[in-house]
Amino acid sequence: MAKVLVVTSGKGGVGKTTTTAALGAALAQRGDKVVVVDFDVGLRNLDLVMGAERRVVFDLINVVQGVAKLPQALIKDKRLENLWLLPASQTRDKDALTEEGVGKVIADLRSRFDWVICDSPAGIERGASMAMRFADEAVIVTNPEVSSVRDSDRIIGMLDSKTVRAEKGERVEKHILITRYDPSRAARGEMLTIDDILEILATPLLGIIPESQDVLRASNVGTPVTLSNAEGAPARAYIDAARRLCGETIAMQVPVERKGFMDRLLRRRAA
Amino acid sequence: MSMGLLRLLRGNKASAPVARERLQILLAHERGMRGQPDLLGVLREEILAVVSKHVMLDPTKVIVRLERGDEVSTLEVDIEVPNDFERKKVAVG
Repeated sequence: MAKVLVVTSGKGGVGKTTTTAALGAALAQRGDKVVVVDFDVGLRNLDLVMGAERRVVFDLINVVQGVAKLPQALIKDKRLENLWLLPASQTRDKDALTEEGVGKVIADLRSRFDWVICDSPAGIERGASMAMRFADEAVIVTNPEVSSVRDSDRIIGMLDSKTVRAEKGERVEKHILITRYDPSRAARGEMLTIDDILEILATPLLGIIPESQDVLRASNVGTPVTLSNAEGAPARAYIDAARRLCGETIAMQVPVERKGFMDRLLRRRAA
Repeated sequence: MSMGLLRLLRGNKASAPVARERLQILLAHERGMRGQPDLLGVLREEILAVVSKHVMLDPTKVIVRLERGDEVSTLEVDIEVPNDFERKKVAVG
């Protein structure tokens, strides 16, 4: 049974695209067939984070409008056999995302893949509502910071009312993914703690991604962070999150960087 | 304890509990408003309709604002009326 998963947040810059790429790659590495779909029409970036920006020919809106067939627009990942990308349009207007058209594309993707991961744009406008519209599950990416938590709460409200599942009286299964977490700052009382966030949002936790240089480095080179440094703290956290999505029970922990003093010294020089 | 001491020495208090409390209060309010009709929008339209019966108004000069206080809230209605509104009304009537 294919699952449609939306990666959403309300707020921009919290790590939706990084998360989409990392979870997509982690699920594909487990052997599932995965497509990551960019819904950020006009401001697409998933192609860049996935390192496929020079291979985009057709896009989601071309498929929605019938200009291209779905297989023509799908871009196969060069590293992982089971991973595909459906890019967003960079030029067209987001009003071209009609509910009927998006519904057809999602239904077609369901028949071809195990996971359809929709990377939502920021905000609560059309692109964001279309990205979540047909979702079975949602990952709400949240930073430990007041504006992000507030926006997550708003998005949770939309997931519970504006999705096809909600309208049928069913539930979209929701998960919180906390990114850019700094355990030492939380311990000093400078940052909302995991418990604070979960209590406020009353939604189960999928994973905790620590603040790390790995994330920027991965996007610099166009590789999902789970592939660029699979041993790094964020990669391990994303891989655990992907396993939890598949129903495995894994103890929750904040992975920390495994680095010695010399390592840090050398890295600082190299950076 | 050592964290507390350190903070005492540096003279800054933990800000996360403040963030948490502010969020809890704000979200309790916002969740209550969700799905409700836009109260201020409705008020503005109805006030505009009533006043327009008697006074010529520029609809963009009608501002309705609600400010929440701890104990009471204030509803502020600011309507800009042109000085010659009575003459205009007579001319129209």
